[in-house]
Amino acid sequence: MLKKRIIPCLDIMNGRTVKGINFVNLRDAGDPVELGAIYAEKGADELVYLDITATHEGRKTFVELVKDIARKINIPFTVGGGISSVADVAPLLNNGADKITVNSSAVRNPGLIDELARAFGSQCIVVAIDARLDNAPDDWTVYTHGGRKPTDKKLFSWAKEVEERGAGEILFTSMDHDGTKNGFAIEALNTLCNLVSIPVVASGGAGSMEHFKDVFQQTPADAGLAASIFHFGEIEIPDLKAYLNQFHIPVRI
Amino acid sequence: MNIVIIKYNAGNTQSVIFGLNRLGIDPVLTDDPEEIMKADKVIFPGVGEASTTMKYLRDHKLDKVIVNLKQPVLGICLGMQLMCAHSEEGDTSCLGIFDLNVRQFKAEGNRQYKIPQMGWNTLTSVHSPLFDAEMENSHVYFVHGFYVPLSKYTIATTEFIHPYSSAIARDNFYAVQFHPEKSSATGEQILKNFIAL
Repeated sequence: MLKKRIIPCLDIMNGRTVKGINFVNLRDAGDPVELGAIYAEKGADELVYLDITATHEGRKTFVELVKDIARKINIPFTVGGGISSVADVAPLLNNGADKITVNSSAVRNPGLIDELARAFGSQCIVVAIDARLDNAPDDWTVYTHGGRKPTDKKLFSWAKEVEERGAGEILFTSMDHDGTKNGFAIEALNTLCNLVSIPVVASGGAGSMEHFKDVFQQTPADAGLAASIFHFGEIEIPDLKAYLNQFHIPVRI
Repeated sequence: MNIVIIKYNAGNTQSVIFGLNRLGIDPVLTDDPEEIMKADKVIFPGVGEASTTMKYLRDHKLDKVIVNLKQPVLGICLGMQLMCAHSEEGDTSCLGIFDLNVRQFKAEGNRQYKIPQMGWNTLTSVHSPLFDAEMENSHVYFVHGFYVPLSKYTIATTEFIHPYSSAIARDNFYAVQFHPEKSSATGEQILKNFIAL
């Protein structure tokens, strides 16, 4: 049986791991390669590395980091941040990344998703969507640039479009939940998972082991992603998996 | 020990190289038939699409080289599928080392299943020097939309929609659908077992 995945996300700035609390006030949580190796050892199913400085600085440093991660870590990992062309992706996959993720650049140029899927295969193209419930219920507005910029896109229609364009997975972050530690966006995840037939990674709001249980029991989400609660040791991955297993949620132990 | 990885237009070879490096092995990446034929062990990795990769192998005359190898050969992911006779992906004639047809996963309206299968799944009914007995029910990492059905060559079974072959073997040819290089300690042990064959 295919298992539900637990994914620590590491935000990278200047080669170091950071985590934004509500996307501002960054705190330092260590060396990305070492931290990734520790997570792999503890039973993380996958890792996501987001280079949050990529749009402003050279990408060469990040490519080198990807190579160091691939050299050291024996589980799959996704990388993203500042990818806007096929040429940006090739060195990341060629140096051992398993998947890449695009966000702002896909909103700006949706055809990029088609191009990437054609060039590398859908299975390695993850589209990250950050959205916030701005007005009426279910009216989720898509944001870009790390949650700073509202767009004219809506979560559900954009998710359907990225699937049709060839995305292999959706990483949905609820900005209303991110950093709150009050649990995942259950309702939106249910709508999203029933709308698309590609895997959905739930992100934003995890504050306790119960929140992971809720997201896997109450939605068909394929994976749960979190950052600070793992980085600062508030939840240990082996404890989380043992806990989920008690509730018969299929996890890799 | 001279381990060769076949170089062709497939993705992910760097990950296989790094995976072997972590075991203290420095493999040679080459498409030179001489070098491939004189290797102690040959690894045939692959992430990509069946018809374009088969065309590349034929154009570079690597198809004949692979089927005639006498040393242990390990196909990984697409490599496994290309070792079969035919693939539904692009209606492709493949190498024919295993007289099997590669099929496409179909969820048939069951929304529980997302295709491609992406993630960790279990190995069951393992029986081969490639696996240790304690690997029964252990997890390995899969990414695939096409599968090899169960047959007399099956040496490990996995269930996704229905049971299928997660590994097959015939004589000196071994093939796995999952990615041992991304499958944590279990994957590393499988690579070690292949090297020790």
